[in-house]
Amino acid sequence: MTLPMGRAMREAFGQTVSELATSNPRIVMLDADTGSSTKADIFQKAHPERYLQMGIAEQNMLGVAAGLATMGFMPFVSTFVPFAVVRPLDQIRVLIAQTGLNVKICGGYAGLFIGATGKTHLVVDDLAIMRAMPGMVTVAPADDVETGQALRWAATYEGPVYVRLVRDATQRLFDETYSFAPGRAAIVRDGGDVTLISTGSQTPRVVDAAELLAARGIQAYVLHVPTLKPLDVPGIVAAADRTGVVVTVEEGTVIGGLGGAVAETLSEHRPTVVKRIGLQDVFGESASNSELLELYGLSAARVADQVQAFLEARVTTDHASNSMPLPQLGRVR
Amino acid sequence: MGVAVDAADIALLEDVARGIRVGIIRGVNEAKAGHLGGPLSAADILAVLYFHVMQIRPDEPDWPDRDRFVLSKGHSSIGLYAALALRGYFPVEELLTFDTFGSRLQGHPDMTRLPGLDMSTGSLGMGISAGVGMAIGARLSGLAARTFVMLGDGECQEGEVWEAAFVAARYRLDNLIAIVDYNKLQQYGWQGEGPDDRLPPAWPGELAAKWSAFGWRVLEVDGNDITAVVGALEEATVGDGRPVAIIASTIKGRGVSFMEGRYYWHTRPLTAAEFATAMAELGEPVTSPEGGAA
Repeated sequence: MTLPMGRAMREAFGQTVSELATSNPRIVMLDADTGSSTKADIFQKAHPERYLQMGIAEQNMLGVAAGLATMGFMPFVSTFVPFAVVRPLDQIRVLIAQTGLNVKICGGYAGLFIGATGKTHLVVDDLAIMRAMPGMVTVAPADDVETGQALRWAATYEGPVYVRLVRDATQRLFDETYSFAPGRAAIVRDGGDVTLISTGSQTPRVVDAAELLAARGIQAYVLHVPTLKPLDVPGIVAAADRTGVVVTVEEGTVIGGLGGAVAETLSEHRPTVVKRIGLQDVFGESASNSELLELYGLSAARVADQVQAFLEARVTTDHASNSMPLPQLGRVR
Repeated sequence: MGVAVDAADIALLEDVARGIRVGIIRGVNEAKAGHLGGPLSAADILAVLYFHVMQIRPDEPDWPDRDRFVLSKGHSSIGLYAALALRGYFPVEELLTFDTFGSRLQGHPDMTRLPGLDMSTGSLGMGISAGVGMAIGARLSGLAARTFVMLGDGECQEGEVWEAAFVAARYRLDNLIAIVDYNKLQQYGWQGEGPDDRLPPAWPGELAAKWSAFGWRVLEVDGNDITAVVGALEEATVGDGRPVAIIASTIKGRGVSFMEGRYYWHTRPLTAAEFATAMAELGEPVTSPEGGAA
């Protein structure tokens, strides 16, 4: 049994921010020529006078957002993750994070589902980058329901927020009884054999993986972490205490992202062996969504297999003595 | 504002500019750190903005209807601080805390610390973008507030400046006025004929042509001539649908003879003798052997 499909997060984004702007005249939308893809166009149709096309010039766009915020506006800045986070990173750092200005950075086409556009558009380290930025609330919703709630919360919060949004429809994890809160992780499944911690739209696949494991006699506790900052430290420690064995799973690099955050937290509060599933210090490539999930071990079946192998290896060996390989350079394979 | 100015007004503004230069020299000398050449070249423009053109309330720094100022060339912070102090935003003596631990006068302007700063700057090319946001915000809010942004000529090498220039023209932001402090030197630059000779960041006419090509109304002025600066800023604030770029030709290090036109005074600590000479040239000779100002 697998979780059902929901709406695409980008649809929830366009719809929710449009609704928020109906009651809040200070909300504006800034777009870098990707509105027909990110669904900022939904906002444009509803509020044309507050939709600001900034052209293909993202560094300036983030600066304009900062200026608008000083004038009492609440800018939602929308484009693809590489151009919302990585390209204008110094503008975010100096004009938005250091000032604490009220800008919501909405990174579309997050994670692996980028329409097969390849490594330039597939950002593996946005969560690591934004989580490391002082003062930046970093949100990776699981599904369309949580996306809507997280955006509604962001509009009540005075300060910079990064929200990671997926292009394609993903599985729905939550029903309307769910309530998002920053810094609060959600226990989405109980089990005593292994703790699986995930974030973003990877969590539904981890829940599916837990069902596969259950069929093999392994009961997994699954914790969904929607905000990498603020991080639910007590929730992560309690999740580790529940089973004593922790596996993190994320749709991005394991360095500095969720895996990094969990390892940091547990080494400080509850030293625990942590296996980190995700991209292992590599960039992405062009392929279908399902091919990418297989390639990086993030499909439900591949997650289940890796967790099972990890648990079996723990029984027979102590610590793996893996030496770190040299970084893989960008050559043709 | 179109306010009539007479010789007495000009003399007053010239004395404000002199006071800003004194503040720059004292602040940097006390800190043994900070920039000199760029703040000194900009002093006359800052004087005219803060004492003649801008609608501001020093006792109400967040007054919503105020004109905005962004020092995009944030490394000239001490010049802005001196203008703010003289205008009454904070005590002039606080300039001596510049760049020191706990000071509100950070090395680069930090709006979270010091009232009266409309934007934090210091990473070049960004302030003009923030200014575009302020100008759009003023229009959306129905405010008459104008936004003034000061850039360096070296700063105009940053690509973001031209992203901002393009968008400002596209939105017809005639409530946005950029002032380029065209002092013809940058920190190190391209070497010219001799070891201490440097090529200018932009050739003569180049900046005016570029801003004009990006759809801006361009005014060229002697940026160290108070009367000329007053005229240019008053002309700039009469909108015609285009944003305005004032190319203000200045001398880097203006007001201190041994700093003028020398690239290495971009940032450099002063010796006691240099400090004394500079203060004497600015009409405030040092009396104490410790080098404290008279």
